[in-house]
Amino acid sequence: MTTKPAILVVDDEQVIRDSLSKWFREDGYTVDAAENAAEALRQMQAQKWDIILLDIKMPGMDGMELQQRIKEIDPTGTIIFITAHATVDTAVQALKAGAYDYVTKPVDPDYLSHLVTNALKQRSLANENVKLKEQISEFSKADDIVGESPQIQKVFELIQTVARTDTTVMIRGESGTGKEIIARAIHSNSERRYFPIVAVNCGGLAEGILESELFGHERGAFTGAQYRRKGKLELADGGTLFLDEVGNIDAKTQMDLLRAIETKQFTRVGGNENIKVDFRVICATNKDLEKAVAEGTFREDLYYRLNVFSIFIPPLRERKGDIPQLVNYFVQKYSRSMNKSISGVASEAMDTLVRYNWPGNVRELENAIERAMVVGRPPKIQLQDLPFQLTEKNHIFPAGSLAAAEKAHIAVVLEQNRWNISRSAEILQIDRVTLYNKIEKFGLKKP
Amino acid sequence: MPAIHILNGSIIESEKLGRLARTVENVFGVATNVVQSTISIDRAFDQSRGQYNSTAILAILVNQPVRQNEKNILVVDEDLYIPVLTFVFGEAQLNGVAAIVSTHRLQNQFYGLPHDDTLMMDRLQKEIVHELGHTFGLYHCRQFECVMRSSTYVEEIDLKKAEPCHTCSALLKQAA
Repeated sequence: MTTKPAILVVDDEQVIRDSLSKWFREDGYTVDAAENAAEALRQMQAQKWDIILLDIKMPGMDGMELQQRIKEIDPTGTIIFITAHATVDTAVQALKAGAYDYVTKPVDPDYLSHLVTNALKQRSLANENVKLKEQISEFSKADDIVGESPQIQKVFELIQTVARTDTTVMIRGESGTGKEIIARAIHSNSERRYFPIVAVNCGGLAEGILESELFGHERGAFTGAQYRRKGKLELADGGTLFLDEVGNIDAKTQMDLLRAIETKQFTRVGGNENIKVDFRVICATNKDLEKAVAEGTFREDLYYRLNVFSIFIPPLRERKGDIPQLVNYFVQKYSRSMNKSISGVASEAMDTLVRYNWPGNVRELENAIERAMVVGRPPKIQLQDLPFQLTEKNHIFPAGSLAAAEKAHIAVVLEQNRWNISRSAEILQIDRVTLYNKIEKFGLKKP
Repeated sequence: MPAIHILNGSIIESEKLGRLARTVENVFGVATNVVQSTISIDRAFDQSRGQYNSTAILAILVNQPVRQNEKNILVVDEDLYIPVLTFVFGEAQLNGVAAIVSTHRLQNQFYGLPHDDTLMMDRLQKEIVHELGHTFGLYHCRQFECVMRSSTYVEEIDLKKAEPCHTCSALLKQAA
């Protein structure tokens, strides 16, 4: 059942109060009346009205002043002035002060009905807008950031500090630490949250394609460009542009991007039109950009433009205290999406999860839990449900020679890193050539 | 015994109004008759506007002696207004005993069109039922064809029917 809209009529003439009250009651509205400003203000302390019809000329406090007082008590009330003597000055003054509209007596009945109906519609849209914004804020809460360790708490603080500003943010951290989630958290806590966040993975696109992705292209700009296409910069207008793996951008696109970030203007590929955009830049990288600048592969000016406020996300192995909470979070998430009644992880399995080094960070942990949720049975995930390479067995070194232990350790690291030679060599703290030599020496084979 | 009295203060022949009374009886289920009005509405005249204050006329009507469960609706030819509005077709006492309807703006001649007595009587019938509906406690209805839909232009009166919609009929039964 919907509540009837409520109207307050404030007019010093009883005949006007009575006729307006009667007119609107026949339309099913709840109508109250006040004969002067003091009475209206007194009534407003106890109740709120959707529409307030105000007479401008009243003894004591006039309608204009009353409007200001009403706005102080209830800023959402819709005020319509009804007066016998309309002047342009008073009309302008009333509308400037926030009145919805202004009519002169006697008013055409059809006009009055439409005026009130439209004011109510607008009010209902405004209320709906507020509710939807609240819902968006609720949905866009960064609930994927889990953890109570001092390191992750520091990240939360930095997000809160920088979100409300329009500063460019550089998020650094190893692969899988959740850089995009942090970027989305900054966006959803910023003033730009009702506009889009547009993510571009700069590492996954070839040179020409990245340029076209970022800036868009005109029809016929290159072979296959059959239609004009908007770029990510245009799509991010009003919102946030998230440049992931920013360290992988080629030299030409670096220059174009720098110009676009500095001037907030760019042209589409194959076009001449200058397009103005308003966006905030958040970028992420797992590369050593300082080294890339020193080597000349990343423009120094772009580096300084991007690296205004830096957030470092620690690798999971440096915040192991967060692992149980993350594990439980992912168990709950997947038990809902897979509709499985698994409530947690057995203590032996949890110990293993906490001990593991997690080279792939939170992403790897999430994948491990997702897999375990698929194979596991209620009520809890067991040790054997975890991916093979995480289990205790792989960490038990064979008794005997140092070489046997070295071989077993190298095998485990290669397995954990899916035979990624660079990453395994980095973890083992040896160079890639040495690792290749040892693989050959121990006769290790990629499965 | 419940009754509705159509007080004829217009130049329309009472016989013609008698035919409208049958529709009123059907809608409200109350015996309806037409009587010549003896009520003077002169003091409701506003010199500056050249119109009659319908609220003032309604006040006169409400003070007329009526028996229990009886209602009066006065039909006049004069142009009516309520102080805040430019004009009204009629006015009623919500959940009350009295209503008033004017033929002034129901006639085609008012809009520079040829006289059409049938159309005028059709409009008058709808307005009589509409205002009496208010006296039975009905509010304005959003149903497009319902007689209780608010009409601020004469064309809107032409669009609706002379009967209340299902919802308003049900409300009427509850009120009875």
